[in-house]
Amino acid sequence: MTELSHIRNFSIVAHIDHGKSTLADRLIQETETVASRDMKAQLLDSMDIERERGITIKANTVRIEYKAQNGEHYTLNLIDTPGHVDFAYEVSRSMRAVEGSLLVVDSTQGVEAQTLANVYQAIDADHEIVPVLNKIDLPASECEKVAEQIEDVIGIDASEAIQVSAKTGVGIVETLEAIVHKLPAPQGDVDAPLKAMLVDSWYDAYLGVIVLVRIIDGRMKKGDRVKFMSNGTVHGIDKIGVFRPQMQDVDVLGPGEIGFITASIKQVRDTRVGDTITSEKKGAETALDGFKPSQPVVFCGLFPVDSAQFEDLRDAIEKLALNDASFSYEMETSAALGFGFRCGFLGLLHLEVIRDRIEREYNIELITTAPSVVYHIYMKDGSMQELHNPADMPDLTHVDHLEEPRIKATILVPDEYLGDVLKLCQDRRGIQLDLTYAGSRAMTVYDLPLNEVVFDFYDRLKSVTKGYASFDYQVTGYATDNLVKMSVLVNDEPVDALSMMVHRDRAEQRGRAMCEKLKDLIPRHMFKIPIQAAIGGKVIARETLSALRKDVTAKCYGGDATRKRKLLDKQKAGKKKMRQFGKVDIPQEAFISALKMDS
Amino acid sequence: MPLPNLSQAALPDLADPSTLGLYVHWPFCQAKCPYCDFNSHVMANVDQKRWALALSHEIKRVGALTQDRTLTSIFFGGGTPSLMDPETVEAVLVAAHETWRWANSIEITLEANPTSIEANRFRGYRTAGVNRVSMGFQAMNDDDLKRLGRLHSAQEAMAALEVARSTFNRVSFDLIYARQDQTLPAWRDELTRALETGVDHLSLYQLTIEDGTAFGDRLAKGGLKGLPDEDRAADMWDLTQELTEARGMPGYEISNHARPDAESRHNLLYWQGGDYAGVGPGAHGRLTRDGMRVATECVKQPGLWLAAAEQAESATTQLTALSAKEVFEERLMMGLRLRDGVDLGSSALENTSLCNNIKLLVDFGLVALTGTQLRATDQGRPVLNSVLRQLLAD
Repeated sequence: MTELSHIRNFSIVAHIDHGKSTLADRLIQETETVASRDMKAQLLDSMDIERERGITIKANTVRIEYKAQNGEHYTLNLIDTPGHVDFAYEVSRSMRAVEGSLLVVDSTQGVEAQTLANVYQAIDADHEIVPVLNKIDLPASECEKVAEQIEDVIGIDASEAIQVSAKTGVGIVETLEAIVHKLPAPQGDVDAPLKAMLVDSWYDAYLGVIVLVRIIDGRMKKGDRVKFMSNGTVHGIDKIGVFRPQMQDVDVLGPGEIGFITASIKQVRDTRVGDTITSEKKGAETALDGFKPSQPVVFCGLFPVDSAQFEDLRDAIEKLALNDASFSYEMETSAALGFGFRCGFLGLLHLEVIRDRIEREYNIELITTAPSVVYHIYMKDGSMQELHNPADMPDLTHVDHLEEPRIKATILVPDEYLGDVLKLCQDRRGIQLDLTYAGSRAMTVYDLPLNEVVFDFYDRLKSVTKGYASFDYQVTGYATDNLVKMSVLVNDEPVDALSMMVHRDRAEQRGRAMCEKLKDLIPRHMFKIPIQAAIGGKVIARETLSALRKDVTAKCYGGDATRKRKLLDKQKAGKKKMRQFGKVDIPQEAFISALKMDS
Repeated sequence: MPLPNLSQAALPDLADPSTLGLYVHWPFCQAKCPYCDFNSHVMANVDQKRWALALSHEIKRVGALTQDRTLTSIFFGGGTPSLMDPETVEAVLVAAHETWRWANSIEITLEANPTSIEANRFRGYRTAGVNRVSMGFQAMNDDDLKRLGRLHSAQEAMAALEVARSTFNRVSFDLIYARQDQTLPAWRDELTRALETGVDHLSLYQLTIEDGTAFGDRLAKGGLKGLPDEDRAADMWDLTQELTEARGMPGYEISNHARPDAESRHNLLYWQGGDYAGVGPGAHGRLTRDGMRVATECVKQPGLWLAAAEQAESATTQLTALSAKEVFEERLMMGLRLRDGVDLGSSALENTSLCNNIKLLVDFGLVALTGTQLRATDQGRPVLNSVLRQLLAD
């Protein structure tokens, strides 16, 4: 147990690529927390996908022992937080477990939208914030300008910002000293009844559920029987320890400390993030303020390409859900795609990460249907139902009106691209709320419908700004609008997996684009194929895919017979990878590609 | 795919089982053509005596598997068989004559490049017994010949054709169309000139870019611009049918056009499901033995083949018995290339999924069934690959 006055708990706020993980690596290395032979880049990002994409998905924790220049020994607890908007929820709860933040800004780039969102969360959590200007070794580094920008845009004092190169190691000691001297020590009462915040929990195949805790008051040790206050369940602590960053057992955790416990908990779902843990006997009377549970905002269907892999997919999804309480799923049947799952995600990146993990870690090829947001359908009888899948849209005669989720989007962009960004937002039915400048960068805030953002907004934004824009959003609420369900018919058969909700004013344009895309994506058949978009019974767009005209092999003699026969067998097998709608084979990539918009 | 009603016996023999064709592969070329995916090799010095002896050994060996047959055709393919010395051709023909009884009307074809050097050998080939040549023109203008990597000029080809026609009774030549930047009027003009030569057989191939060829690599790297898209290629196909039919040379097979009775009898064997022996590196054969259809395939690498053949071992050739399903697939795949189509036999038509597939294709106007004779229509032949996939679908 460490004295409260010698504990510092902190997180790092940074945009992707601004060097957060490298800085964390340096802090760990400088304090010799990890032997140099065990060092590897981005030590805290443990998943392959995290390393590859350069992002942090799950919060990670490390305890660092530091002998400061004043000769005193300090315990520093770092909670590394996700940098992406989809995982903002993880950020907010991590922030609640610590007292201060390092705000890391790339001195060659300046403040980005995601940094803004996260730093505001830190300010909301009453953090002391230490600005750090990174990458000062690069020639394009402009520390003064960026410090000024931090003061302008964020509104905190950046005059004492630490200049760091995580790459070369310059400024690392100064950063450690700032953590000790500028961040506050935690507060707490070791003699009060136990109060520990459940910060996070995840499943480990060997140990079962691991619970990350921050002790507020009292103490916790191995063998203690503790109560989870939200549901009253009692567990005996089997193992207690800290992350360095690998697990290391300790005898006891006291106020201000961050560590883990295991307690024979079988499922992550049995723990509630934000819950208060106390002693079974003579426990605390009142719980800490809990967290709001995260809500999935984007839904899509996941189907196995090979329908024989449905059970494998179920297994994969159940295993992933064990560790990710924010990911929801239920079985879905589609006339077109057979059996699969309708899954809910925190955002598009979350969707992509889960999809990639299923394909890679479980070797299941997937068909992903159009992402959809959750609509609220108000029925004529006054009731309201949620619509997760456009295919389930009820009969319009019973529907009074529809509401769709809206977001507040913050976009930071060099001013030469501003015009393109504003046009993109207007095209997506956006309403401008704010436009300000900080140096040569513009910051604009838009109220946008989430359904216009889920398909490819981020891709388009990156493309019109050559990658220089940054974007962050939060869901603000629901608003009514003129929304309709657009169906797609291929050879006069409706393809449920391609139906989508669209704004009435944009339906023709979307329908035309969709039919044109499908015309390119579906191979020619032996007959001509009409491709139509329709609202109810009314066709709003139509294309015709001409019949196949020529595919015969030019040369086929005695020496070719075996090879050509095998080729024919291979082509027959390839046909199985497509989905049949009536007489038409639709390749799997059509389902996602058809939904991407070009403008 | 279950085809329970198909047994070997259910397939009618289109070709006479007492006959046989012989294919001889000469694997050498002066230069590799960028579109060619055949088993061909460039080699400066070929010991022709050694090769003649090895090929003769192989013919004797295959002869032991095919006794009591009448040989109806011999085909020298390659590579470039017109690089063979007439003495080499003669040695092979002598071996074949000693091995099988020859039909009086035996057709002996040799593939030839249309250059002056090779035309000088034509008389020697005729003396050896060759009675038909098939010449690789490929194009009739010098620019396109260069792009196809050919070593001859258009004028040289016409001169070689005259030598061939004064030497042999039967002469055919090949053209490749749907080439880079080829327009429809340009093909009309070229094909008209080809028909005006008055030959009674033409092979007209659409350029196909195969993997593993120089053209295939260029296409994969984003090169080889100006190839026609499917619609333009289909227009060229339609024009080809129209012009050849008007001249009395309809396509009797997908890419082969002839006046009546001028068809290549050797190639008909392939498409009609007849028996043929293959000798030489990479040569394939199909033999009916004890009621089974057997696929034969020779070692592909010339050096390895030569060594094995010289030891008079059967190691040159791999024999594989084909399943009833494979035989049926080949029969359809090869037979439907012919304008006349293929006799399915009555028991094949007891298979429900085959009948349903035929019915669907008849409704699309792509095939026609007369009794048990199935043929692809004029609409069906250009899309034969799709027709076959549908016919053989579960």
